[in-house]
Amino acid sequence: MMKLKSRMAGLTLAGLMASTMMGGAMAEETIKIGILHSLSGTMAISETTLKDTMLFLIEEQNKKGGVLGKKLEAVVVDPASDWPLFAEKARELISVNKVSAVFGCWTSVSRKSVLPVFEELNSILFYPVQYEGEESQRNVFYTGAAPNQQAIPAVDYLMKDEGVERWVLAGTDYVYPRTTNKILEAYLKSKGVKDEDIMINYTPFGHSDWQTIVSDIKAFGSAGKKTAVVSTINGDANVPFYKELGNAGVKAEDIPVVAFSVGEEELAGLDTAPLVGHLAAWNYFQSVDNPVNAEFISSWRAFTGNDKRVTNDPMEAHYIGFNMWVKAVEKAGTVDPDAVIDSLVGVSVPNLSGGYSAMMPNHHITKPVLIGEIQADGQFETVWETPGLVVGDEWSDYLEGSMDLIADWRAPLSCGNFNVKTGKCGGSGS
Amino acid sequence: MSLKNLMICLMILVMGCMVQTQGHAQDIEALRPQVNALAKGGFKETEAQVGALAAIGDPVVAPALEALSNGDLYERRSDGLVVIGTKAGADLALTDPLTGEALGTAPAASLTKIKVNNGLRRTIRSALGGLTLMAPDPQVRMTAAAAMFKSLDVEGLALLDTAMAAETDARVLKAMQEARAAVLLAVDAPETTKLEAVQVLASRGDREALSILTGVAANAQTPVALRDAADRAVAAISKNLVFWDIGQNVWYGISLGSVLLLAAIGLAITFGVMGVINMAHGEMVMIGAYVTFMVQEVIRTSAPELFGGSLAIALPLAFLVTALIGIAIERGIIRFLYGRPLETLLATWGLSLILQQAVRSIFGPTNREVGNPDWMSGAFQLGEMTITYNRLWIVVFSLLVFAGLMLVLKKTPFGLYTRAVTQNRRMAASMGIRTPWIDALTFGLGSGIAGIAGVALSQIDNVSPNLGQGYIIDSFMVVVFGGVGNLWGTLVGALTLGVVNKFLEPYAGAVLAKILMLVFIILFIQKRPRGLFALKGRAVEA
Repeated sequence: MMKLKSRMAGLTLAGLMASTMMGGAMAEETIKIGILHSLSGTMAISETTLKDTMLFLIEEQNKKGGVLGKKLEAVVVDPASDWPLFAEKARELISVNKVSAVFGCWTSVSRKSVLPVFEELNSILFYPVQYEGEESQRNVFYTGAAPNQQAIPAVDYLMKDEGVERWVLAGTDYVYPRTTNKILEAYLKSKGVKDEDIMINYTPFGHSDWQTIVSDIKAFGSAGKKTAVVSTINGDANVPFYKELGNAGVKAEDIPVVAFSVGEEELAGLDTAPLVGHLAAWNYFQSVDNPVNAEFISSWRAFTGNDKRVTNDPMEAHYIGFNMWVKAVEKAGTVDPDAVIDSLVGVSVPNLSGGYSAMMPNHHITKPVLIGEIQADGQFETVWETPGLVVGDEWSDYLEGSMDLIADWRAPLSCGNFNVKTGKCGGSGS
Repeated sequence: MSLKNLMICLMILVMGCMVQTQGHAQDIEALRPQVNALAKGGFKETEAQVGALAAIGDPVVAPALEALSNGDLYERRSDGLVVIGTKAGADLALTDPLTGEALGTAPAASLTKIKVNNGLRRTIRSALGGLTLMAPDPQVRMTAAAAMFKSLDVEGLALLDTAMAAETDARVLKAMQEARAAVLLAVDAPETTKLEAVQVLASRGDREALSILTGVAANAQTPVALRDAADRAVAAISKNLVFWDIGQNVWYGISLGSVLLLAAIGLAITFGVMGVINMAHGEMVMIGAYVTFMVQEVIRTSAPELFGGSLAIALPLAFLVTALIGIAIERGIIRFLYGRPLETLLATWGLSLILQQAVRSIFGPTNREVGNPDWMSGAFQLGEMTITYNRLWIVVFSLLVFAGLMLVLKKTPFGLYTRAVTQNRRMAASMGIRTPWIDALTFGLGSGIAGIAGVALSQIDNVSPNLGQGYIIDSFMVVVFGGVGNLWGTLVGALTLGVVNKFLEPYAGAVLAKILMLVFIILFIQKRPRGLFALKGRAVEA
């Protein structure tokens, strides 16, 4: 069926091209942008919004006259939460649809599956989701948070402002929580937290029975020391987890839960009254109070025709990434991938939290880090933020093997894993 | 939320009356600048101001603090007056935090919310504890004592002593003594007093006491005698808690089992009794949950007072909707595929994908909010076990559904026909039973039961198009384990799997527990291919 669909897409495309050719309307030539987000399957819950965000951003840009005098055209494909299909669809976007850049992926495994395709066909991918780091690739631009832009500041906040001494690291069993927890564990130990004060717990995807784990957390919290939960629980599993927390009476004043994967979208399916005070760490909250954000929210709601539609952090990442791409293309004067990749580094655009974000040589961006508390209306209220911008650190400073690595894609280094100890590119990463 | 606001309003009223009868209206106005100062500065300044207000010790400031803790306290931008704001449509209804007077409504933009964080909420909790220790309502005093227990605030000692002297309720008095003991252990006090405090906490014997005692026992500066006493108390409490933990695990197991039972019981009919491998079973559960969502949406917009009964309204509707869909599926697809299990499997699997995507297109891919009515929220303590109401009701509900289904199958003519058709189709047809209709109705019944399971599951899981997928494998596991074609087997199978899973989970972790369960079932099926309760006799061959 997929083959048929793509063939049909190819046919219609051919038809389209033929008709434009016959019209001789060269002015109608567009720049194509690929959108690679799952619209069906398990990840549709999170990724569909990002597809809408990209359509919204492209429409807004076209209203301003497009890029390089040409209109932008979105090419949407559905990789259906199927990781190998991500690679196929990416190949289709680049070689069949000839897109200039792709915005897409959510899970790390989907990103890993498309990496070789982008490298081989030399195209550009903007990846908008917070991830575990330990990667830097020439063709990929990471606009989500690296662990040092989300996890570590959150732990610092709990340690300093809340006086937390005992830690539960709870996550879904896959690569992002496992790597993040590995970094956090190393970080906590470097701060003098003992082994017996750290509890690590993994659950399967879509776990729905949280009774045992919530009661374990309560028991772990009754050792006479202030306890907090650091949650990397992903996607659907969060709703039953928070429902159980609320019902079991785990109050934020006693055992706060700080989450890295829970945003405004996830809370939309929940009654948040029992959860007031639990935390989330992001680089953007819908509640951030500034004119740029207010303008973004109102035009987003006008675009979707839904005056209750929420915004979230990965949406902001696409907003930043897209504007960076536009600026870089204008700077380079072409959409040629090599030129755009070179001109992207150093580009700086406004973010939605009231400052500017810049693309660094390691293909990660600078962002502020915000800690927010859940409110009864399903929004977050910022209770703490970093004084300045934080540069995304692709290779963690707390993991053996990656602390000596840096990435710098500017000539002459042009390397994603340069080992400063041995002075060679291609140092071992994990 | 509205209940909380109501309580605040009530408290304000009570306070207002007290104030008027005591007639110190002028004194109240003297507090005004202090209350207004809550809006000045950041969290640190507000926290200091809360401390200052609490130190005055006048309960008249309690409503302001309570509102601040709930995030309902605002500063009016025009004159810097601090007011309590409660939602009234798009605007906020304002009340004076000190006198309780209504101050009309104002748009949210003309007010600045006073921000509050966890640290501030903790401070307010202990401050309120101190202020309400002498309240007339024993329940309020009880809450106050519990707050003092958690605050470990040395200032609270004197307050506790006065309150204990005046206390008449034995339960509240005990709570106050425990709070006092907890504070004593945290501050500088003579060793004998501390030893007594350890005894008081040891007799309390719960996790909170354990938490404090563990802290005392682990502190290297604690004198040896005291540490020994604390150690003994910790050992005694831990030993006691072990038994409660087993009880708690059994309860969790039953609760998980009841969820499995609910999800599987419809399948026990379509797969167990009719022999149809229905991969779209999970989607029936999902549709049931979406029916609940729609019912709640309608109630929210047109008749909010009915919200408590939303589930009761959703139940028959969900049954009807899913039963009709089930009958349509049977008539439209499955009846052409009887006797061809592989094709049925593929067709129903395709159908499940279609249903999922249809729901995704209609309702959107994101989670939908299904609220818990009040009687489904919260928990109660049974000894040292915490039992949440939603789980309790689901256990009761699943047993009711089971009993109801048994009744239908054993005691009604329809049940008799169903059993006749599934046991010997040709003989039943010869007796004049319209077997195709019975097939359709039985499939409808199974689907309808899945639908009402969806109503219950909407209370604990998220209502998204993927809801059903999480349950389909578990449901098949339960039915196969319990014995195909036997409802009692499904009951016992679900509860056994639930309890075994919950006993494995603390030791093996959730991921490994699930794997071990599967291995266990595979081995079990090797030994007994027909499950726990195998049908015997001629029916097996049919």
